[in-house]
Parts: sequence; structure tokens; C-alpha cells
Amino acid sequence: MMFRIMAIVAGLGLALAATAEAQTPRKGGTIRMTAPYGSSFTSLDIHTTQRAQDEIYAKALHRSLYIWDSAEGKPVPELAKEVIVSGGGLVQTFKLRDDAYFHNGRKMTADDVIWSFNRIMDGAKAYPGARYVRIIEGAAALEKGQAKEISGLKKIDDFTVEMKLTEKVDPGFYFFTALTSIYPADEAAKDSFIQHPIGLGPFKFVEHVPGSRIVMERWDKFYKPGKPYADKVVVSIMAEAAARDVAFRNKEIDTSVLGPAQYVAYQADPNLKGTIAEVAEVFTRYMGMNPAFKPFADKRVRQAINYAIDTDLIINKLVKGKAYRATSWLPLTSPAYDKKMKPYAYDPAKAKQLLAEAGYPQGFEFEWTTSQNESWGLPIVAAVIPMLDKVGIKAKVKQVEAAVLAEVVRSGDYQAFIYSQQTGPDPQAALKCFHSSTPQSACNYMNFKNADFDKILDEAGQADDTAKRTQLLQKANALLYDEAPVWFFNYNKAVMAVQPWLHGIQLNATELTHQNVEDVWVDETSPAK
Amino acid sequence: MPMLSFLIRRLLQTIPTVLAVVLLVFVLFSVVPGSIASTMSDDVDPQVELRLKQQLGLNDPVYVRFGNYIAKLATGDFGTSFRTREPVTTMIAKRAWPTLQLIFTAMAFSVVVGVPLGFIAALRPGGLVDSAAMVVAVSGLSIAKFWLGLVLMYLFALKLGWLPSFGYGDGGLKYLLLPAVTLGVSPMALFARTTRAAVLEIMTADFVRTARSKGMSETRVVKWHVMRNALVIILTTVGLQFGGLMGQAVVVEKLFSWPGIGSLLVDSVLQRDIPAVQGSILVVVLAFLAINLLVDVLYGVIDPRIRYA
Repeated sequence: MMFRIMAIVAGLGLALAATAEAQTPRKGGTIRMTAPYGSSFTSLDIHTTQRAQDEIYAKALHRSLYIWDSAEGKPVPELAKEVIVSGGGLVQTFKLRDDAYFHNGRKMTADDVIWSFNRIMDGAKAYPGARYVRIIEGAAALEKGQAKEISGLKKIDDFTVEMKLTEKVDPGFYFFTALTSIYPADEAAKDSFIQHPIGLGPFKFVEHVPGSRIVMERWDKFYKPGKPYADKVVVSIMAEAAARDVAFRNKEIDTSVLGPAQYVAYQADPNLKGTIAEVAEVFTRYMGMNPAFKPFADKRVRQAINYAIDTDLIINKLVKGKAYRATSWLPLTSPAYDKKMKPYAYDPAKAKQLLAEAGYPQGFEFEWTTSQNESWGLPIVAAVIPMLDKVGIKAKVKQVEAAVLAEVVRSGDYQAFIYSQQTGPDPQAALKCFHSSTPQSACNYMNFKNADFDKILDEAGQADDTAKRTQLLQKANALLYDEAPVWFFNYNKAVMAVQPWLHGIQLNATELTHQNVEDVWVDETSPAK
Repeated sequence: MPMLSFLIRRLLQTIPTVLAVVLLVFVLFSVVPGSIASTMSDDVDPQVELRLKQQLGLNDPVYVRFGNYIAKLATGDFGTSFRTREPVTTMIAKRAWPTLQLIFTAMAFSVVVGVPLGFIAALRPGGLVDSAAMVVAVSGLSIAKFWLGLVLMYLFALKLGWLPSFGYGDGGLKYLLLPAVTLGVSPMALFARTTRAAVLEIMTADFVRTARSKGMSETRVVKWHVMRNALVIILTTVGLQFGGLMGQAVVVEKLFSWPGIGSLLVDSVLQRDIPAVQGSILVVVLAFLAINLLVDVLYGVIDPRIRYA
């Protein structure tokens, strides 16, 4: 429900919203998507990569136990027909589909699920999906080489798997990404698999031209009746926004992710305005403050920074409105977002007063580490510096490369940094980053420690009632707002241009480019028949 | 025989160059902060990061890593990509042909247009053709490739609809033209200027004056004396430009989504895929050395006075 509201709020101005639903999906045609996050795909073995770029093609090729339902805003069972919860929420019994076929024609069974999870936990291979599978009892032991298989996974019969968890969590949030895709046990062990991947998705692999494109064609034995609609999916790698713009206008591609400048241009162009799809993604942009740096140890100083910055001005003028103002940590599309919360007001006088109360009437100086990112990096820092200067705070810029910033943030080797962090879709996991038991290197980048916060979050983790749990998470989120470990900047507004002949695009808040392509179809006006 | 000993000597001379490049790239990427783990995701799991570094040997001392790398390299093994987990030689092999297509087409365009343009300009110095040719040459050298590529896309794809704006397609000429011309404009301009300068200088040389005074027709003077002597200078420039094109191809490949070694290099650098970076740079350096060796051999063919000594 929340997502439906968000879809309206986000202004899905597409003609497709109005017309697509009224039309019958057409069979055939080619979907021409773009992969904008780099000049290549990392690997055709999706277990090895957690880049958003790679999941774009993987959504067509592979399937996991769960799938993200954009309309509902939550993960729903995909390869499981039914999930039975027992053992106080710690035992999940998956009744698997008996009609899911791999692209080599073999039926998926419980053995494939168990084999895939065991593979992901191979400690010697360091598969990134291990972070999710580790929630299964005995998975960590396999990762450390202390066991030969995950003890918490048990085959009941060919189509039933029992999974014991180490914590009471919703496994859907752990097993919906392509990182935990189910592979065919016999084929995936072969060296040839990396060149010709086989999955359970609606499209099967045809061709990969490294650095250029991946082509996939319809898998006729896909388990959803009548789907997929299209004959073919082509995912073209297009890292340059300007080149995508030309190709989109030239009708050579069906989707194009837009940056701030193009967002403005497309809104102003009557021919393109109707092609814009936008959604609040589950990413929060912020300036993190290191409590080990003396001024930032004081809550009043951190609050003062929030009051000193005219955040709305920056979002409107610099980010060109391609962001939503952050009111705390959890983003707009989080199930635990509290719409009653208001952001810090722009109030330099209040900021000065708080600084004086904290013992810094003349302000202080700090070093601010940033990357060059146009939406949450150097340009933003440059705009904020004069605002902080007005209340006496001097910021010195330390510019580093994105890869270096990630290391700086995890090591705590900073006074302040500006960053974009995934804050969903699971609100519990997003807030757990601030739990005192979470190491700084994991995601507690501000080394936040607050006993009250821990208590509320622990209570939420134990709550069986969803409403009660949401209420507790909102309380924890409000506590973060007051503690202000960060300058709450914005939540990313993902924007994608979609050609009028492409229908069924989902407003996926986890990543807009990740589409369940079996639901997408092209009408007869597409140039790529 | 002199040719053979010349080739062997030149090949031996490339060994220290290659080793120096290998060492330099290795040292650079050992001191540059950031690792493959930190580029995988904004919130990479610390345990996965730790295991990944162990698996890839990133926790070993630099000298151990370098020793392992050199030992493998000596057997022709460029190592395994940190990102794709496939052999670097396989990755490069997949990208080599598109890069060669792009560079040779760009070079062909630049030579076919640039050299005659410079020649014609030099034959009528100060004239209309010369002025126009030099405007083209200076513009070609000054225009940023990224901008030029976008203009060509806009004009030939969007406005005229003659060519696709991006991609490799089937690798055919219609996909190749725009990136090749974008890449070739700068060397074309350089060839025009170099040819013009060389021809102007040769036209006033003593041997040309002697040929004319013997009553040789202007066509024969240009064909037999000016052209052949200018070719040595042009050939040197062509050889050097091959190396330049390999570097500049990075921008063009990324802009046009052309699947060459340049775009592989960019992604590998950004993601700290050290074996892929080392392999890509090594291949570019080897290609540069090979082309320059070929140019040296061709000197002797064009001008028999040049000995392989």
C-alpha cells in the first residue's frame, strides 16, 4: 500500500500508467534495456558480484527463493509456493515449485537450493552473498571450513527444504537478490558455466559481448503461465549519460537512467516529459560525523550542523530536485518510514546557539572527506561549506576516489565524510547499522553507541506483531533524528526515461533498473519489433 | 642477415622496457589506496572482504606478490581477473579484435584524409586550400574527442538517421564508422600538419632543386623525390600515433559502448582489478613496441640508404 501511495507521490508521469493497464500485453518483440553503471558487467557468475549493474541482466536470467514485489514494497516467495514458519520464527519450511525448469531443461529440486547455498558459503571463494546466507544455522561454520555443508538446511523431499535461522528475521529480505540465485547443481560446477550461465529466469542466455551487451531470449518453460511476453531482452552497456540521451532520443534503447541535468532537460521537453518514471530508492545520503573527533562527540554540535545547512536549497538548485529531503535515516519507501517526521529546519541562529552551548561559540574546523560524486560528493560539499562558515564552522575538503572513500568510511579514518548508504528495504537491517554490536567496518560507520537505541531495536527484533515492530522501528528512527549522528541530506530519487511502447515497468525502490522482465512488454509501435 | 640481427637486437631491447612497465604498474597499484573489495559495493561485508583479500593474496607482502606475478608472466600467464574470476588472457582476447578494428580503421581514416590534405596544402602554400586545410588540422587537434563524438552521434544518428549512435552490433562498418572517425580526427589533423611541414621543407632541399634544374617535370620531382622523403617522416608519426590512439581509445570506447581493451582498462582501474590492469597495459605496450619495430623495418624499405645497423 505504501508503495502505491509512493508511486503516486513520486509522480509516475508515464503514459504507460494510464494506457498500459488498459491494454492486453503483447507477445513478442525485444526489450532493449541499458546498464549504466560502468563499462562492463563484472561476471556471468552472479554469485560473485553484488554490483547493481550485474543484477540488471541477472533479473532476466536467474531466480532466487524470493523476488522483490515493487507494488507491495516487499519480497514475496518466488521459487517457493509456500513458506511455513515454526520454531518461534526460527524454522522456515519452503515448499518449492515443482514446475521450475533450468534453461538446460532439468527441473529444479531441493538439492539445487541446498547446493547453491553451500556454494555461496564456500569460504575460500568469498562469495558476497555469504552475508545473507550466514543467517542460516551452520552456514558460518561452513564458511570457516569447520563443516562440509550448512547444517541448518535439510531436504525433506525433492520439493521441500527446511531452513533453520540463527535470528528471527524475515528471510525474504535475505534471499531476494540475485546474489542468492539458485543454480543447477550439475551444470554450475563446470568451468563452462561462467561463459554460458544457466538459470531459472524467464529468459535464457544467448550471447555476451564483453563491454557491449548481453542478449537473452524467451525461456518457453518458464513457470509463470503466459510469461514472459517479449521474445528477447538485450541489455546494452552504456556508461555515458550523454550517449544514452542520444540513443534514447534516437529510439535505439527503451530505458535510460537520468542524472540531475538530464532530469531537468527531460522535464522541460514536452516530447520527453511523459517518459519519466521516478521512485524514492532506499538510499540515504548524509554527512557522517566521527564521535572520536571532539566537537562531534557533542550531540548539540551535530544538531547545529543539521540546522546550519539549507538542505532544501541544495536539493532544489544543485541536485535539481532529483532527491527527497531526508527526515531521518529510514527512506520514504521504507515500511517503517514515519511520515509525521519533519526535517531539521534551516536555522543558522539556532545552530549558533547550540554551538555556544556546546562550548564552541567561535566554531571549529574539521576535515571533510568526499568523493567526486555529482549527487552526494564534492559539488554538495562545496555548496555546504559557506553555509557552515556562516555559523563559524570551517571545513577543509579532502577529496578521494570512490573506492578509497569506501575504505576510509569503514576504517573510521575521518573526521567527517559524505556518503550514500543503502537503507532498505529491510528497516530492521538498516537501523541495525547503528546498534552498538555492529562493528564500524560492517556498516556502523559513525561508530554509534546508544543503550536506549539498542534496547528499542532489540525489542523490535523480538516483536511478533508487525504493527508493534514497525512502531518500535519508528521510535528508533526518531531517536536517531534527535541524536543526529549525521547530517540528514536526502533520499535518492531514481529517475529513468522509458519509451512509450514499453509497458509494465515497475517502480522498484531497491534499484529502479532492476526489473522483473517477465512482466515487461513492448507494443507494436516499438522500432525493435 | 643484417635485417635478422637488427630484429633480434631490437627485440632484446624491448625486454627492459617491458619489465620497467610491469614493475611500474605493479608498484603503482600496490601503493594506490582502495581494493577490489571496496569497489564491490558501498556496504561490502567485512568477513567477505577479509576472505576475498586472503583468496586473492592481497594480504601478502608486495615482493611476494610481485614474485608470483613475474613467475606466472614468464610462462605467458597474465593471472586471473579479480572481478570476473576468469583468465586475463581470455578477457583480453575477447576485447582485442574490437580494439584492433577501431584503431586500424581510425588510422586508415586519418592517413587517407590527413596525408593528402597536408600534401595538397604544401604544394600551394598560403593559398586557399592550404588555409582551409590548416583550419581543419588545427580544429581537429583542438576538439575534445568526447564532444566530437557526441556531435557526430547527434548529426549522423539522431538527425540524419544514417548510422547507429552506439554499440558494437555485428562489428560491421556501420557501427565502426562513428567511433573510428571520432578517434581518427586528431591524428588526421596531425598527419596533415606533419605532411605539410615535411613537404615544404623537402621542396626547398638541394636535391629537389637539382632535380628541377636537370629538367625533371614537377610531377616526377614530387613523386620520386618529395613523396619518398616525406614518407619517412610521415611513417614515424604514424608509428607514434598508434600508441597515442590506444590511449585515446579509452574515451571513445566508453562513449560509444565499444567493447575494446580501453573500456576494459577503465573498469579494471576503477575496480582495482590489478591483474586485468597489468594485462591490459602490457598488451598495449607490447603492441606499441611491435608497431614501432615494424616502422623501423619499413624505414629501410622506403629509403635504402637507411641501414639496419
